[in-house]
Amino acid sequence: MNLEIAAFLVQDGMTVGAVYALLAVALVLVFTVTRIIFIPQGEFVSYGALTVVALNTGRTPNTIGLLVVLALLVWMREVWKLARTGFSWRVVNGILRDLAITAGVCAMGYIGASAQVPFAMKALISISIVVLIGTKVYRLVYEPLQSASILVLLIASVGVHLALTGIGLAMFGAEGSRTPPLVDLQANIGALTVTGQSVAIGVAALLAMLALSFFFGRTLEGKALKATAENRLGARLVGIRTVRAGRLALGVAAAIGSASGILLAPLSTIYYDTGFLIGLKGFIAAVIGGMVSYPVAAIGALMIGILESFITFETSSLKDVIVFTLILPVLLYRSLSFRDASQEQSN
Amino acid sequence: MGRGKALALACVLLAVPFLPVSEFWITVGNYVGISALTALGLVLLTGAAGITSFGQAAFVGLGAYTTAYLTTAYGVSPWLGLMAGLAITAVAAVVLGLLTMRLSGHFLPLGTLAWGLALYFLFGNLEALGKYDGLIGIPPIYLGTVPLDTGRKVFWLIWAIVLVSTMLLENLLISRPGRALRALKQSEALAGSMGVDAGREKLKAFIVAALLASVAGWLFAHMQRTVNPTPFSATASIEYLLMSVIGGLGSVWGALLGAGAVLLLKDLLQRLLPFLSGEVGTYEVVAFGVTLILLLQYSSQGLWGVIARAIPSGPGYAVTTKGAASERLAERSKIARDTTVLSVDAVSKTFGGLVAVNDVSFDVKAGEIVGLIGPNGAGKSTLFNLVSGALSPVGGSVELLGNRTRSGAARSVAQLGVARSFQHVKMDPDMTVLANVSLGAHCRSHCGYIRAMLGLNRREENAVVDDAWRQLKLLGLSDCGLQLGGSLALGQQRLMEISRALALDPVLLLLDEPAAGLRHAEKMELRQVLGQLRSRGLAILLVEHDMELVMGLADRLVVLDFGTKIAEGRPNEVRQNVRVLEAYLGSAG
Repeated sequence: MNLEIAAFLVQDGMTVGAVYALLAVALVLVFTVTRIIFIPQGEFVSYGALTVVALNTGRTPNTIGLLVVLALLVWMREVWKLARTGFSWRVVNGILRDLAITAGVCAMGYIGASAQVPFAMKALISISIVVLIGTKVYRLVYEPLQSASILVLLIASVGVHLALTGIGLAMFGAEGSRTPPLVDLQANIGALTVTGQSVAIGVAALLAMLALSFFFGRTLEGKALKATAENRLGARLVGIRTVRAGRLALGVAAAIGSASGILLAPLSTIYYDTGFLIGLKGFIAAVIGGMVSYPVAAIGALMIGILESFITFETSSLKDVIVFTLILPVLLYRSLSFRDASQEQSN
Repeated sequence: MGRGKALALACVLLAVPFLPVSEFWITVGNYVGISALTALGLVLLTGAAGITSFGQAAFVGLGAYTTAYLTTAYGVSPWLGLMAGLAITAVAAVVLGLLTMRLSGHFLPLGTLAWGLALYFLFGNLEALGKYDGLIGIPPIYLGTVPLDTGRKVFWLIWAIVLVSTMLLENLLISRPGRALRALKQSEALAGSMGVDAGREKLKAFIVAALLASVAGWLFAHMQRTVNPTPFSATASIEYLLMSVIGGLGSVWGALLGAGAVLLLKDLLQRLLPFLSGEVGTYEVVAFGVTLILLLQYSSQGLWGVIARAIPSGPGYAVTTKGAASERLAERSKIARDTTVLSVDAVSKTFGGLVAVNDVSFDVKAGEIVGLIGPNGAGKSTLFNLVSGALSPVGGSVELLGNRTRSGAARSVAQLGVARSFQHVKMDPDMTVLANVSLGAHCRSHCGYIRAMLGLNRREENAVVDDAWRQLKLLGLSDCGLQLGGSLALGQQRLMEISRALALDPVLLLLDEPAAGLRHAEKMELRQVLGQLRSRGLAILLVEHDMELVMGLADRLVVLDFGTKIAEGRPNEVRQNVRVLEAYLGSAG
């Protein structure tokens, strides 16, 4: 291996690592706010990318159908609650607003598929659809389980993962797809060719992290999320609606996931189940950060990406074996640095 | 389920191959048995100990691939393959367990998930293991000279192993190790305070579950006569978890029921769904996922829970014999009155910049009740935790009968004879009161996994239960012994905690606000019991807000304010102390 190849591998690894970093940040966000270890995060990656593929080929994306079904289930549950607890304008308003948003996004999906719209628009439509799917999943699956333990929530996550993967296969079929590059530029720095796509991913990842840190540091909504993550009961006592915080966290996670998928689609073929493995690698990064630290998780993700790219170069067949075995030294490290005093936690 | 019923079940199952049952049902029966074996491990691991593993299929794979490789490449006997598989699985479980057992709950499932995937990819990529095509031509198991080469023949072996394992596991769950695991699931603080070594107990449960899965893999390989990576994927692990959740994690019979239900459901879905949707294999996983979620939302007890409610049964997790013990548990030799039992010497504890306890010294003698009082935030709970070993001091020492306690190790402090109650009651609400109190005798009994499984612990178990009855009687709870812990009123729960603490045969009893939530009559009863314990020579340290109770009961009081000891002495001296009055009522100037 010479320096040129090494430089190329580092670039490649950092590009993929940036995507893992985005997912890791989303996973940490969901865990800290809701205590959910969100295994299905990877599904959003596939959903986002393949929805754009459908829009590109002029087909109405099937994700719209899924969204409508989920929305109907949510509303049925709300109406059922209304019937039991009595009429309330707030709930009706909520349903109507939800109805309007869902209908709007569906309409955009139809227009995106039939009319000529720029790529950025298609990406936005795809992200909106996946975000709505994400929040609906939260409302259907996790809201009734709010007081459950971390382990029950984790098992539920696995259920969601199974269901979403199966639905993914039904919606997108078994074939994978790629999208044309977002940025068709290349630059040569010395012997190294820098592709526009990897720069785009890096920039997008950086922007997303900046946006998140702005969101958490400067906006009221973000501070509410942070407070919920810190102490649920306390947040509730000062008037933060923790249920809404959960929905918001899931929405942000779905947006990050689908955006990652759209960024990744020009680089590698995305299948209905690609997201799971990508998501799991994001997980290893999140575990490196102890499920609580954003920067450590992001750095871990970059390291995993680079390591993976070098391993692939040396021995492509054992790539996944090595990356997943990597969790053992990570856990060892966490186990050794673990403080006994904080052992008792609410699970 | 009683022994008689289990025996009847065994007879029926072992007669099945003789009956004119179609091959199809024999095959289904074999798969149910093999899956049930793995699911049984999860009843122990997840149901009792509260640890979730998403990697059981990887252990099945280890067992299957080990025997497959050894029997095909080297032609060794399948029985040797079983031994090798068990050995490799045990090593893997120990390594994985040691890495994750100290971490809080959710790291282990993640670790097992990633590790299961790694092993799956390893099976699929190793040349020697035939890559994704797997290994073929695996010989059948021989019983003597008889080859178990048909589904009917191997059926006996599978179900004999399943039934034996079920009985062994049931024995385990109702005895000392089972109680320790269930306490752990409730709270590590509770288990530690009873002298349970949390990491060790969890590791043992993890190894047993892995070994059960490994045996299942061995049976699987020799029944199928071929192996490939697919049945050992993460999806398969999730299926095992689904089986135990659907069947009911609370009982070993749930594993059998769940395995049957899931496999039949799967078969039904595989045959029905293509008609409904025109596609194969797509909606099966969706149905699985949705079932899992709905079960979590609507029924946490599983199928066995539904059945168990329908058939009246015994009280479950407890031996109920009263006075049947042929021997008594060993008791500590009595300590002479006025011997210093606990001596706290200049302990300090800081949290970040906050000094919670500052240079506090006092001691407690045998046959004495010392009350620890002070306004809110004075550092009482921190001091209490320093004494019980739940926290470690930054300075100073805690000595028990002259032995310096190891800091931060609640377990070893419990073994020295310190028993405690909790400010918020901690117990297993699904175990009987008797079983909950029996947990207190953990340190005084010694039965391990193997003796418990084989039922060789009868005598000791009887002695433990007998002791528990005695403690309950002392606190006036003998009528509630067979009720579930969760059905007690708060006051009774607090008294139950004291019974449990006494079952430890302590030299020092630490009580954290025992009177909180008690009615007047109950308080009077508590007062009388504590007085009685004192006259027996027990040293008692009491944190309490109820001044009337403390003043009436304590021989001496230690008063804390802002982490510092501001007064010590007899109740009526302390009552006159200016600094104490200031701390409670604010300074006059």
